[in-house]
Amino acid sequence: MDPNLRVDPQAVVEVCRCLRDEPDLKFEILSDLTGLDLPKENKIQVVYHIYSYSHRHQIVLKVDLPRENPQLSTMEGVWKVANWLEREAFDLFGIVFEGHTDLRRILLPEDWVGHPLRKDYVEQEEYDGISTQRAPLVEKLLR
Amino acid sequence: MSDPVHAESEAFHTEDMTISMGPQHPSTHGVLRFIVKTDGEVMREAIPDVGYLHRSIEKIGEKVTWHGYVPYTDRADYLAAMFTNQAFCMAAEKLAGVEVTRRGEFCRVIACELNRIASHLIAVGSFGQDIGAVTPFIHALRERETVNNLMEEICGARLTYNYIRIGGVGYDITPETCGRISEFLDHFELIVDEYNRLLSYNKIFIERLANIAVITREDAFQYNIVGPNLRASGFKWDIRRDIPYSVYPELEFDIPVGTGEKGTLGDCYDRYIVRIREMQESCRILHQCLKMLPKGPAIAKVARKFKPPAGEIYVRVEAPRGDMGFYVVSDGSEYAYRVRIRTGSFTAMSLIDKISRGLMVADLIALIASLDVDAPEIDR
Repeated sequence: MDPNLRVDPQAVVEVCRCLRDEPDLKFEILSDLTGLDLPKENKIQVVYHIYSYSHRHQIVLKVDLPRENPQLSTMEGVWKVANWLEREAFDLFGIVFEGHTDLRRILLPEDWVGHPLRKDYVEQEEYDGISTQRAPLVEKLLR
Repeated sequence: MSDPVHAESEAFHTEDMTISMGPQHPSTHGVLRFIVKTDGEVMREAIPDVGYLHRSIEKIGEKVTWHGYVPYTDRADYLAAMFTNQAFCMAAEKLAGVEVTRRGEFCRVIACELNRIASHLIAVGSFGQDIGAVTPFIHALRERETVNNLMEEICGARLTYNYIRIGGVGYDITPETCGRISEFLDHFELIVDEYNRLLSYNKIFIERLANIAVITREDAFQYNIVGPNLRASGFKWDIRRDIPYSVYPELEFDIPVGTGEKGTLGDCYDRYIVRIREMQESCRILHQCLKMLPKGPAIAKVARKFKPPAGEIYVRVEAPRGDMGFYVVSDGSEYAYRVRIRTGSFTAMSLIDKISRGLMVADLIALIASLDVDAPEIDR
């Protein structure tokens, strides 16, 4: 397992900039940015996987946010790839990235309700007049 | 207005046009859509609109058992299903501490490298088609058909394989199949030469690709471009060599990188030729694997009710579209707590807007084709 750091939400951008620029660390790329919903602890985590080509090491940063109204500043200034990765985290987890240039849904339609990768997500019954439920016959066969 | 020159330029000013390219455009790979703002033929911006193929594969991972999720990973990238299979199984094995059998590892590598050839054939074939050369596409698909036949022999499926299982592979590779794979390789090495004559060193093809849509190494790092696209920018990095997994450290192979041989380093042509050379390297790996294939069981004994201990893992494999990462979290139950699939196409797609500014509309097609983006992999 990779080294794992818990970072304060206010400090995360500064920490990442330091990780990228410090010659002994030199983490050049943001491999992955995603969310992790932990309803039991009433928090949502943002998980950063950062990798260094020069030194071949990886680090995992985790930021704890409250489940209601999670907000975090954007990582776009450090790695540009964060733009799309943060849009995805916003779309699927509802994490708002402050200062993001273009925070829109990316995979789901603009008018979708809810954030599906949250554990307590309930699918809307229909979208745009199309039912999202199984046909009654399928339900009957499955029973 | 008093100034006649000024009045004239006012009367003849041009307007930017906004065009929707896709989602069913024949030369985009899968269902993609671009909102393109053009000034005549020159592009002002090309905003990708993705999500048409979103099947919530990550959410499904939280709802089905560990073994049951393997067929779903096939669908995450159906052109390279072996690699998603392998990445997920590797994650599960590392979490539970399962040791893969040696024969199983070799069977995996054989299947994966065949899959890499098939995927790159689609990439270079549709590359030709995208910029107007239809014949090479037919040639590429003809060879891919043979690979599909081999795959059908190995695991019974032609596209979504469900071959790699937790602990090894589903079916052993028979000596007859090994013979046929080796026959195919002898034939295929000649075909690559034919392909080079037909397409790679074709003057028109080179003119269309050289110096177009250059991706610098800085951009590649900033946008986390991976795989052949990164190597085309001159950076020698391959997960198989640099973060070794499976039996790759025992095998000998080169890592082709772009050199800017026909134009600038990191242009469309470099991205194309890297893929052709990778197919040749895959042939080399396959030859060695067929020789080294050890005896023994193809799959380790793994409990049907697979419950890895609580923990989390991030694994990477070198898929045809680059570094594919699986971030898997387990809470010790029958179901994964979270499965996250990080793919090369997603990040490559986010770069298109920046690179495409100032290109011609036709060059956008060349750029998309050269990045080999794949809609199912972007949207998951």
